[in-house]
Formats: sequence, structure tokens, C-alpha cells
Amino acid sequence: MAFWIASSPHNHIQKETSALMRLVIFATIPGILAQWYFFGWGNIIHIGLATATALLCEFFVLSLRKKPIKAELLDGSAILTAILLAICLPAVAPWWISVLGAMFAIAVVKQLYGGLGHNPFNPAMAAYVMLLISFPVEMTTWLPPRELWPVEYTFMDTVWMIFTESTQLGYSAEQLRTHIDGYTMATPLDTLKTGLTTGLSVSEVTTSPVFGDYFASGWEWVNAGFLLGGIILLAKKAIHWAAPVSFLAMLWLCSLIGYMVSPDLNPSTLFYWFSGATMLGAFFILTDPVSGATSFKGRLVFGALAGLLVYLIRNFGGYPDAVAFAVLLCNMAAPLIDVYTRPRTFGHQTHGLGVAGNKQGAKK
Amino acid sequence: MTSLLLALLVLGVIAALFGALLGFASVKFKVEGDPLVEQLDALLPQTQCGQCGYPGCKPYAEAVANGESINKCAPGGEDTIKKIADLMGVEPEPLDGAHEQDNTPKVAFIIEEDCIGCTKCIQACPVDAIIGAAKQMHTIISDECTGCDLCVAPCPVDCIEMRPIAQTTKNWQWDLNSIPVVELD
Amino acid sequence: MQSIINRIENNQFWKFHGGIHPPEQKFLTNSKPIKPLHLPELLIIPVQQHIGVPGDILVNIGDTVLKGQSLTAPTSPMAVPVHAPTSGTIEKIALHVTAHPSGLSELCIFLKPDGQDKWRPRELCEDYKTLDRSDIIRKITDAGISGMGGAGFPTHIKVDSKPNIDFLIINAAECEPYITADDLLMREHSATILDGINILRHLLIPRLVLIGIEDNKPEAIEALKKATADINDIHICVVPTKYPMGGEKQLIKALTGKEIASGGLPIQQGIIMQNVATCYAIADAVINDKPLIERVVTVSGQGLEKPQNIWAALGTPVRDLVSLCHSTQPADKKAIIMGGPMMGFTLPIDTVPVVKTTNCVLVPSEKELNLHNTEVECIRCGQCAEVCPSNLLPQELQWSAKAKDHDKLKALNLFDCIDCGACAYVCPSHIPLVQYYRIAKAEIRQQELQDIKAEKAKARFEARKARLERERKAREEKQRKASEARRAAMNNSQEGTNAKSAVAAALARVKAKKAQDTGVSAETSTEATTEVKTETLSPVQAAIARAKAKKAAQAAQSTELNGDNKAPETGANAGADATPSDDKQSKVAAAVARAKAKKAAKAKQEAASQTPEENVPAEQTLAGQSSAEQEKAEEQMNTAPKEKPAADSKQAKVAAAVAKAKARKQAKAKAEQAESITEGSAPSQDEPEKTDVTSAEVTAKTDAAEAIETTEAPANDKKAKIAAAIAKAKAKKAKQSSNDLDESTDDSTIENPLKEGTVESKANSTTDSSAEDSDTASEVKPANDKKAKVAAAIAKAKAKKAVQASNAGSSEVDDTMEKADAKSVNSEADVAETEVNAEPLNGNDQSAPAVSSISQQKKARIAAAVAKAKAKKQQQAESN
Repeated sequence: MAFWIASSPHNHIQKETSALMRLVIFATIPGILAQWYFFGWGNIIHIGLATATALLCEFFVLSLRKKPIKAELLDGSAILTAILLAICLPAVAPWWISVLGAMFAIAVVKQLYGGLGHNPFNPAMAAYVMLLISFPVEMTTWLPPRELWPVEYTFMDTVWMIFTESTQLGYSAEQLRTHIDGYTMATPLDTLKTGLTTGLSVSEVTTSPVFGDYFASGWEWVNAGFLLGGIILLAKKAIHWAAPVSFLAMLWLCSLIGYMVSPDLNPSTLFYWFSGATMLGAFFILTDPVSGATSFKGRLVFGALAGLLVYLIRNFGGYPDAVAFAVLLCNMAAPLIDVYTRPRTFGHQTHGLGVAGNKQGAKK
Repeated sequence: MTSLLLALLVLGVIAALFGALLGFASVKFKVEGDPLVEQLDALLPQTQCGQCGYPGCKPYAEAVANGESINKCAPGGEDTIKKIADLMGVEPEPLDGAHEQDNTPKVAFIIEEDCIGCTKCIQACPVDAIIGAAKQMHTIISDECTGCDLCVAPCPVDCIEMRPIAQTTKNWQWDLNSIPVVELD
Repeated sequence: MQSIINRIENNQFWKFHGGIHPPEQKFLTNSKPIKPLHLPELLIIPVQQHIGVPGDILVNIGDTVLKGQSLTAPTSPMAVPVHAPTSGTIEKIALHVTAHPSGLSELCIFLKPDGQDKWRPRELCEDYKTLDRSDIIRKITDAGISGMGGAGFPTHIKVDSKPNIDFLIINAAECEPYITADDLLMREHSATILDGINILRHLLIPRLVLIGIEDNKPEAIEALKKATADINDIHICVVPTKYPMGGEKQLIKALTGKEIASGGLPIQQGIIMQNVATCYAIADAVINDKPLIERVVTVSGQGLEKPQNIWAALGTPVRDLVSLCHSTQPADKKAIIMGGPMMGFTLPIDTVPVVKTTNCVLVPSEKELNLHNTEVECIRCGQCAEVCPSNLLPQELQWSAKAKDHDKLKALNLFDCIDCGACAYVCPSHIPLVQYYRIAKAEIRQQELQDIKAEKAKARFEARKARLERERKAREEKQRKASEARRAAMNNSQEGTNAKSAVAAALARVKAKKAQDTGVSAETSTEATTEVKTETLSPVQAAIARAKAKKAAQAAQSTELNGDNKAPETGANAGADATPSDDKQSKVAAAVARAKAKKAAKAKQEAASQTPEENVPAEQTLAGQSSAEQEKAEEQMNTAPKEKPAADSKQAKVAAAVAKAKARKQAKAKAEQAESITEGSAPSQDEPEKTDVTSAEVTAKTDAAEAIETTEAPANDKKAKIAAAIAKAKAKKAKQSSNDLDESTDDSTIENPLKEGTVESKANSTTDSSAEDSDTASEVKPANDKKAKVAAAIAKAKAKKAVQASNAGSSEVDDTMEKADAKSVNSEADVAETEVNAEPLNGNDQSAPAVSSISQQKKARIAAAVAKAKAKKQQQAESN
């Protein structure tokens, strides 16, 4: 036995990446509960499917890459990715959607880029976008909230629906979405978009039952759930506040401007906050450290850029929700943002080093 | 027909214009000397050992610039080859087998009791790092020695050794694994 | 400036970026008083305990030293001495592992205390204000004080600064979570610390003294406040507890809001910082004349039963301190950290001594510290960047460090990292960030050094090339001038009526270069055996002619000297000294001869070029001269056997070295080459002269090599060496004999034996033939004679050399003579030598032309050669 030799520092705050991941996973619970309450079992089933697939994929790729399987498989990152992806999927999407999505997220977006810490894109969002583009029908078959369901829809119905694409009684997804008045119910964002393109004003569109009492029936509570989770994470210092705050602030600002310019064509600012995947994106996607910006200022810019993009895409883009696209675009911009927002090092006069500094460095 | 001629004319004028521009640029921004050689020379370790077959680093740099293979610098090793490959935009090659050696930094050391003062090593040293006079014991200025090995062969009494540079607390590279482990009982 | 002071006076301080709050563990030790000095059985005092250079060791093993006596003397401003912490004897001075993370050994002085603790005489100083500024600084220097906070910067350099100091900051922050050494020192010795501060004030005259102290040391704050209550310009600045508050730049920022520029020093902004412990040491040094020989060390950690602060003598092995505090660490899981948990380093062995910068020895329990966490991938969480006090981006640095991208690291300001470890402390992925940075920094520094070295090597290489080029040009120029001068001289002599010189010039030219027949006949005209010559091959004749021309020139020169009676004298002197042809001697001769042969060849060329001018006596004298030489040799040879016993050890050594080298070379597969050369040279020895002149050394070497391998006939090991000598000298010998006797018979007789092929026979037959031609073959036969002959033959080359050397300048000849004389007085055969000295004088003068075929001619000649060679050798040895 010899003396133990190591490099300083010899003590540690005793935090671990896997613990961080676990905390984030737990923080999704309020949102998931809200989702379950308003939209049924679908997402929970998808979470199970996606998690299993993700772990399998991770195991497979890690063994191919000859990495320490136990440590990396159980660090929680794959599970978190799977959960985030499954949360975003329509509750009645077929099983292969989540399986395919999880496979893509883990094998391609995460591991092919080098595994945890090396993926430039958020795996969940990249997989979501891949699914949305590849399978637009399945990915837009959103159920209305529970109170608007035309028929009774149980856990077993959901299972049937996901695996056979019809309920036990033979209802298809399309039928489940049909309002008693006979029209297909979409998400509030979708409804608004469609309504506005048909020349209706915001106030006219929002009379639709999918908007519910406040902003978006069901969705508002799901978003509130994720907001709660986010606040827990902030309180636990598991995530940094800069990106979510600047994201929400930017979204709020943009929608405020739009609302002030033309209230008929722009819903209220809080509608933007509490519809779609806004809160999930703000606290669980944009705060993904791997694919986001790192410095404080960088995170502010990153969040603001995402907020702007979300507003622009929701208002002017072809897709009703925009968080996934905005996040991917921001992921691409993150390295550049990082370069331009380097903090001023103690004892140095100039801020950061930027591209010029890089060039100088390369020349040396 | 007119349009065809016009097109030809326009293109011809543009071609002439750009040709003139290029010619002007090549005169105006002419680069003096061969910067590539300088850059290559800067990458080489400057041991002046001649193991590449050229009398010194600069001649080898010139040769590389003229198409000599890039893998002949034994003291520089893989690192230097990689840097040259980067600079030249070619694939790095493994070190020439004929030049393979371990490139741990070394300095020459004269075993003084064996030295007969023949001055042969002094003549061989490319950087004048050996001092001594005929029939006087020679010694190496180890700070100036590049570890090129060239003095070893000429010594008639084999009294020159290449010794690895000793590790001190000043040049220690924070290799914790190299710390001698003392067994406790 | 005023606003800063106002803020300070209102106790409003600044913040620095980042920082962490590791769990406080000061309670382990801060409630117990400092345990008094403990002297171990053996003190291990590293010669260097600070940044800079070590001093020269003043003591020797076995010396008795007194307490406080300095053990080293500073040799440069960056050196500070170390002192004996107690009285005792120096047991040894040897390498020992010192307080450095590398665990490498450095030079240490091992002091065995005698238990008396006897002080050296001290001069106490009642009032430092009466002292001169430079005196105080000298006292601080002599006391060996270097910064005691961690870095160990020599204090005297810091305090010897320009007067415009705004702030003197006393660093009492002590932010490492375990360390309480300064805390306890302040509580117990606030008065002495205040003295130290006052001395610093006296020296530096700062506008304000700030004592920066973290708010977790209320007792110390109280003590300091009490001590400084009546001094207005000392402020106790209580700053929040935050690691690394004790960092120099961080504390300056926190107290004054000033940022020390990267790479800059606080002094550039009018700030000087000293550690409280250093202040204490300064007061001790200036007032009590007590050098820095002890310090407070916190011995802490949950692996100890009784953690506490201890006054430890510098050099105390850590083991002693730990055992004082009763380690409870399990025997199989030991860890000792010198310094705090954040920046300390683990020790590989527990006999590492306490040094000036050691403020803590930490013995953690297994669960206490983060000992066995494995690194996982960075997830760019950015927590490291949040806590970095230098506002760096540790995660980016880490990637670049792993990729060894030094340029990027520099661009990311790696060198502003202060190694505080805050980033690694918070890293959820357990990445040892600081370790990566340290390695990267060390590599970059190394690379920079190498770049500088490469640049220097390049410069030196270029300079050398330029020098060689210059020398070559100068040589060419000289040669050109010389040849011009020669040509001019020739023209003059032709134009003039100096027939003799014209003849001489013509002769030399003819001999040296052109007509073989002319040359040979010129030589052989004085000989009897012309018919043999006609049998010789024409290349041989050419070679002979050439060699003879040179020989003639030399002979001419030597004749001049003979006329002065100098050369023979020297030759005889040396010969008397060195002729002893015992085995060693011949070995020596063998080695030396080789070198001589080469030199002779060179010198001959020079001599040959000089011939036209100098060879005034011309043709007629040639024969006479050679016979004069013969005679000389004869007489010297006669003396040779008399003086056997003398052995020159130095020569023997040289010869041994050469022989060793040769042996090695042979082993190194050069044997084949040697053989091939031998084969090649055997036929070439059909023309002995040519071989001698052109490849004397090579032939000699190869012959020697072969001789060593093949000779069995004379058969002793010593004989073998002699044979080597024979072989080497043979070519030389052959030429000389033929030249000296001017006989082409000689040449031809040499030719035949050479063709026989073995070195042994060659040597024998060479001597034989030489002997035959002088009709004294029988006399050379005896074994002893043979040895002598061998030595003589070898030495002949040297003889020539000597002659040439003396030609170079007559003054030199004088010197040679004198030296040789002096040497001869020292030699064992004084009497014999004087005889020899006398004899050649007469012999040369009187019987030079006469004696040409006496029976002992051969021997004599050899002896003469040996003698001359030895003379030369001695002269060189002495001049060296």
C-alpha cells in the first residue's frame, strides 16, 4: 500500500451529472401529470416506450463504441431525452413514432456525434423535428383535452390506439378528434393559425372550445406544470435562469409588440407562454447545457434568439408550434454565440476574444 | 449576329480587364522570398542534426518545399510531421523507418576521463555547443546542445553519450503517474 | 483614489467573480492554542524553499552548526538563505523528496540536532527605526524570509520597492477550509505581527495599510483590532468568507476594486501584499535577529485524533507532525496532503520536510475527501465558469487542453488560471480540470523554452556556417597570396643571378611534382645500387620521388638546426627520457605514432611548400644531411638501451584511451572495413612512400587492428601490442629508412616483404631490410633490440614532427630545447642523457658527411627518431 496521490483540489461539492439528470427528470413530473390529466395515458405510454428504446439503443451503441456501459447508461441522460421526446408526441401517435424517435435521438443525434456532451443538437428536439417532417399526419393527430372528448377513452383504449391505431371499440384517432359539432379539433395554436388564415380575427377564433377558459384548454395547465418543474429546478440551481428567462421575456416582448400593433391578428402574450411547448422548451430544452450556450451572456442571447424564433415561426411559419425548430436553430448558433460572448478574463482589458482572437491564436 | 459579337466583345473586355487586374496584383502584392520555406523552417526543431540527409534544418525545409517527403525529421517526430502535413496540406506520414528513434529530449555528455582532446566532436557540432582545445578535455554546453547526436560518431574513444534531460521540479510536467510510489508496510 | 479610501473606510468592499464556499473545517483546529516547537530526531532542510534559485551550501558533512546559522549563502538577488533551525551536526547533504507535488528529490541538508538548541550570537535590535532602510532589508534578506502564504516569493525583493505605495495589504484571509495557522498566529501574536507591519510601513511608506481578513475569524479580527486601535492608517478589512479570497489578485480586487493586469504585478498599481505570517517573520528577523527557522503549521483532518496547530522547525518531517497528532488513518489507506484541500498536494512519502511555505498538513479520513470519483464527460453545464475567480471558461479550456491546442489555450487566457481548483470543486462530471490546466501550462512553458532553444540553435548554426565560410575564404586568400608570393620570389630569383636558389627551387619543383626519373636519379646518384631502381615500378618511383622531395626539404631544415646544435640536443634529451622501450612505452608509442604520422604528413606538405625558399644548400647537402641524421640516430640509439626503466604514465594513458577506442571500433563491425583497407593497402604498399604520405594513418590503423588480431609469433599479449605498434609505424619506417639512406634497394626490399601479407613479417622484414642495407642485420635481431627497434620506428615519425616544429620557429626550438632539458633533469637517467646531449653535438658537426654505412647505423637512426619524438612529446606536454 502506498500513499494516495492525486491532484488538487482534494474535496468536491459532491454533485454528480447523473444526480442532475435525475433531478431534471423528476421536475418533469408536474407537467406529465397535467398532461395525463388532460390528454390521457398516451404520453405516459410513449414515455415508457421511448425510454426502453433509448436505453436499448444507448446500450447497443455504447457497447459498439466500447465505452463504460454501466456508468453512461445509467447517467440518466438517455432517459431524460426519451421523456422529453415522449412528452412532445401526440398522445395517440402510433408506437413506432416514439420508438423511431428515441432511436434517432440516441443513436444518431447523440451517440454518432460522440455521446453525452458532444451532441450539437438537442436529441429530443432533433428527433421530434425528424418525426414531424417525416410523419406529418401521425405527428399532428392531437387529441383535444379530456373535457372535449367525444367518447370515453380509457387506458386500454389508449394502448389499443397506440399499437393498433384504433380503440377497443374501433374508433380511430380521427374520430376521437371530432367535435360533437362535427369538426376536427386541433391544438389551440393550430386552430388559431388556421382561423387567422381564413380571415378570422383572434377574438373570433378563440371562441373555439379548444381555447377553454383562459388561453388554451388543457395546454395551459400542462405548461403551468412544466413552469412549476422549471421553478423547482431553478430553486435547486440545477439549471441557470438566464436562458429560460430571456426566452420567455423575448417571447413576451415580441407578442406584446405584435398585440399592440394589431390585436386582431395577435393573441395575448400569455397565450404564447401557456400554449404549445413553451414552458417545456424554456425550462427543459433550452437549458440543456450540452447543446446550448455556456456563458451567462451567451445564454441570454441564446434564450432571446429562441424566443424571437418561436414568435416568428408561430406567426409566420408553416408549422403551428415552433419550439423544436427554434431550439435546433439556436443549437446551431450556440457555438458562435459562445465565441462572441466570452467573458472578460480577470486582469484583461478587452472582452472575450471573439473571432479575431481566434484568428490571432491560430496564427501563433 | 450582332448580339453574338457583342457578347464576345463584352466577354473579351472582361477577360482582358481581369487579366490585367491579376497581373497587376501579382506585381503589386508579390511575396518576397519563399514564405513556405520560412514556415517549414519554423516548424522544424532546429537541432541541425542532419538526420534527414540535409545539412541542417533550413535545407530540409527548402527540400520539403520542393517536394521532399515530410517524414524525415527524426528529432521532431510525429508532432512535427503532423504540423508539416497541416502546413503543406498533405496527409501525415509515419516517420521514415530509416530515421526512427525515440525522441525523448537528450543532451550529449562527454565522459571526461576518457576524452583525449581530439576536437573531432567540436568540428561535428552544428551549433558550437562543445568547448575544448586540442589535447584538452572537452565539455558540452548542455544548454546549447540540441541533442542532435552528431558528435557521438566522430569520437575516436566513444566518450560521448546521449543522456536524457533530467527531470527536476522545474521542468516537471505534472505527470502524477510518474511519481515514485513508496510502499508502506 | 480618495473614493477608494472612502469606501474602504466605510467598510464597503468589492466583489470578485466566482468563488465557492466549501464546507468550513476550521473548527477542527482553531480552538486549540499553537503547540510549542517540537524538535525531531533529524531535520531535513531543503536548500531551496522559495521561488528563485538556491544559494551555495556553506557547510560540510560533519560540521557542527548553531541555531540560526545560515546553511547557504545567496548567490543572486532571487536567492534566500536557509538556516539551521537548531544546533547540531550536519549528517549528510543528499537528495531527498521535498515539498513539491512532483515528489522529486532535491538537495537537502540533513541536520542532527544535538538537543542543546544553542543560538549563534545574535544582535537584538531595540528600535528598528534607528536602522537604515538598507540595513533592515539586509536583515530580512539574511533571515531567509520568503512569502509564507504559498508561493514563496523572496520577501526582500518585494519590500525593496519604489516609495509610491498606495496600499500595503496584509493577507490574513486564509480561505482554505481547513487552515487556521494564520488565524492562531494572529490571535496569539498580534503584537509581533503589528511590529512586522510597522517595519513594512517604515520601509514602504504606504498611504494605507489594509489587513484583509475573512469574517470567519472573529477572534483574530478582535485581536488585530485591539492591537491596531491607536493606529489610524491601518484598516482591518473584514471581507466575506469565500474561496479563494486569499488569492493575491482576488484580495486586492475585493479590498481596493483594482484588477491586477494579467501578467502584471500588484506593485505596478502601487500595491504590495504580504502574508501575516511573513509579517511575523519580518518582525522576528529585524527585532530579534531570528531567521526564518520555524513556522506555524496546521495539522488537521479527520484522520487525526488531535488535530492542532504546531510550531514546526523548518525541516521537520511531516511524519513527526502527524504522529504528534495521533493519526487514526487505517494503515492501508493513507493520504497526506501538504497545504489545504483546495490547492495542496499529496505527498508520496511521509518524510517530506516542512518548508517555508508549508502552512498545513492534512490527514483526511477516507470519507472526508473526494478521493475516488471517476471522471465522466463534460456536459457543458457551465458551473465551472460561474465559480472561476479569473472569469475564465474552464470547460473550453478543458477541451483545448485535452486536444493539446496550445494556441487556443493561450487565446483563452489559460495563464490567468490561478490553480485555485474552484472549477474542479463544482464540476458535476468530476473532471480534474486543474490537473489538465497544469499539464497544459507545463507543456506550453516547455514548448516555449524549446522554441527559444530552437531559435538559439538556429542562430548558432547560422553563425557557425558563416564562420566556417569566413575561415574557408581566409584560407583560400592566404593560399592565393602565398602562391603569388612564391611565384614572385621565383621570378625574382630567376631574374637575379642567385643560381643556387634557382637550382634549389627547380630541384624541389622537379622532385615534388614532375619527373620521376629525375627525382629518383637525383636521389640515387649518390647511391650505389641504381640497378634495383630500374626494377621498381614507375608509380613507385613517382611516389618515392615525391616523398624524397619532402624528405629532402625536411632534412634541409633539420640540417640548419643541426648546425645550431639544437635539434639533436632536444632529440637526445627526450630520447634519453623516453627511449625506455619496455612494453608500456611501446604501447604508448604505438598510439602516439599514429597521430604523429598524420601530423607529420600534414607538416610535410607545409614544409614541402617552403622548400624552394629554404632549401638553399640544395642537392649536395641532402646526402650529407641524411647521413648526419643517421649518425645522430646512431648515437642516440646507443644511449637508448641504457635508459629502459622510465615510463611516462600520461602517454600510457593516452595510448590506453586510443587503444580502447580502437578495440571498440573494431568490435563495431568496422573490422571488415579495416580488413578491406588492409587488403587494399597491402598492394599499395608496393609503393611504400606513397602510402605513407597519403594514407599513413589509415594504414597504420588497419595494420594495427590486424596485428592485434593475428599476431601470435612474438606471442605475449604485450608483444601483440608491440606488433601493433610495429605495424602502424612500419609504413612510416619503411619510408624513412629508404629516404634516410636514399636507397632504392631499400625500397625494393621493402616491397617484397610487404607482399608477403602478414603484418608480423612485414614489420620484421622492414627492419630486416633496413638493417641489411646498412649491413647490420644481425645486430637488430635480439628480442630486446627488436622492441626498441619497434619503438624507435614508430617514434621516427615523431622525430620528423619535432624537426618540423622546430623549423616553424627557432624560438620555439629554443623552448623545446629548454623544456626538454628541464625534463631530462627530472628523468631517471640524468647522466646518460647528458652524455647523449653531448655526443650528438659532436657527432653531427664533425662526422655528418662521413658516417654513412657503419654497422650500427640502423639502430642509431631509430634511436635518434625516438629521441626526437619524445622531445616533441614532452614539449607538448609541458606547454599544455
